[in-house]
Amino acid sequence: MNNNVISPEMENRKFLSKLETMNIDVHACYQCGRCSSGCPVSDFFDLKVMEVVRLASYGMEDILLKSNTIWLCAACETCATRCPNDIEIAALMDVLRSLALKKGITPAQPRIPIFHQSMLDSIKRWGRAYEVGMIAGYKLRSGDYMGDMKLGLDMFKKGKLNILPHSIKEKAEIKQIFSGKGKEYDR
Amino acid sequence: MRLSYYPGCSLHGTAHDYDHSVQEICKKLDIDLVEIPDWNCCGASSAHMTDHEIGMRLPIRNLMLAQEAGHDILVPCAACFQRLCAADKAVKKDPDYWDITQYNQEMKIVHISTLLSKPEILEQITALTTKPLADLKIACYYGCLSLRHPKITGAVNHEMPETLENIVRAIGAEAVMWSHRTECCSGSLTMARPDIAVKLVGDIASAASRAGATAMVTDCPMCQANVESRQLDGGGANKGLPVFFATELIAAALSGDYPKKQQKVHLVSPDVLTDLFLQPQATREDAA
Repeated sequence: MNNNVISPEMENRKFLSKLETMNIDVHACYQCGRCSSGCPVSDFFDLKVMEVVRLASYGMEDILLKSNTIWLCAACETCATRCPNDIEIAALMDVLRSLALKKGITPAQPRIPIFHQSMLDSIKRWGRAYEVGMIAGYKLRSGDYMGDMKLGLDMFKKGKLNILPHSIKEKAEIKQIFSGKGKEYDR
Repeated sequence: MRLSYYPGCSLHGTAHDYDHSVQEICKKLDIDLVEIPDWNCCGASSAHMTDHEIGMRLPIRNLMLAQEAGHDILVPCAACFQRLCAADKAVKKDPDYWDITQYNQEMKIVHISTLLSKPEILEQITALTTKPLADLKIACYYGCLSLRHPKITGAVNHEMPETLENIVRAIGAEAVMWSHRTECCSGSLTMARPDIAVKLVGDIASAASRAGATAMVTDCPMCQANVESRQLDGGGANKGLPVFFATELIAAALSGDYPKKQQKVHLVSPDVLTDLFLQPQATREDAA
């Protein structure tokens, strides 16, 4: 919970129209709380899922983008699956994360976007996820050098981690996807 | 039956044994798998969680490669399955936006457990079983992505699925009824927030234990790795429940052997299964 003032001046119309084009109907929410009660990560959130949906319907993007909820959401889709009004809550979380990154907002849970970035770097480079490279990238950027050392070694000993990456042939196609294919004609 | 095969990155890395057991049993079931040439990572879950365009275009490339072969696509990884399904829906809805000129509308994306739990295949599995896994009490764990969102996955019974239970019963094991079958294990957070994963996995594993299970079975490589590894981090007296792949159990039941090489890949001791293959029937009954 937080004690931010809610006022119509804070409504971000661009944000609301973005949700509209993606068919995320946040205005359909009547605060039944099914999303929050079924959310497995709810205990760790600063904003409950139903608060996220309500704040989104007010267009109050700033509070949302600074929340830890958007990063701690595990994308399990339980909320959206159970919503009686068919609100695409999981897709809303995706939009919020991507907006936060585009706007350069300091993430409340910095290690999580660093993990995503390390994963995407690996895909961009090889066309496939290269686990060892991804873990190394994550560790270097997050400063989390010691975490899961034992697990990593155990997995390595069990042959679960390949030392060398596997590269696909048509890497140019992957590069194109990462260089913003499809967004060329955006304003 | 011939299917295109999309293994996904996990099955070429942390879950390489999943790939082996899928291929092994498909061969025995006369299912011909043709790996999609030059497939790429589907981006799960980092891509769609942070960039809608990349999150869609990565799996779309795989669909385009697969449609050249024209078969349905078999996907063992729940995360890959969900992303390929999402991409398929997106392409069908608005091909122009995704720059698709021709798309095979008939091509289906099939998750492994959906395939294996078809009545005729279950019959085949039972008929080919040489070593029924009697006495093994299993908690079937689905996790999230083979089921949710049902609009994407097409899962019929997403709150009370039965595919894994049906598979487990077909090889003679017992499927326990329990509470956390479709709860999330927070696999996508496990590296950055292991504390959350330890809590969620702890809840899941203790629910399985309470229901009397001595092992868990899943069809998701993220769940398998996360639930085994984070149980060990949770500490406590419980040494943990091993998490098997459904195909791993089928391979063992069909061949009558649970090879050493396979036993070794588990982080949690797979002894409950190994013991079935070591001890003669009489000894086990005596012990009981």
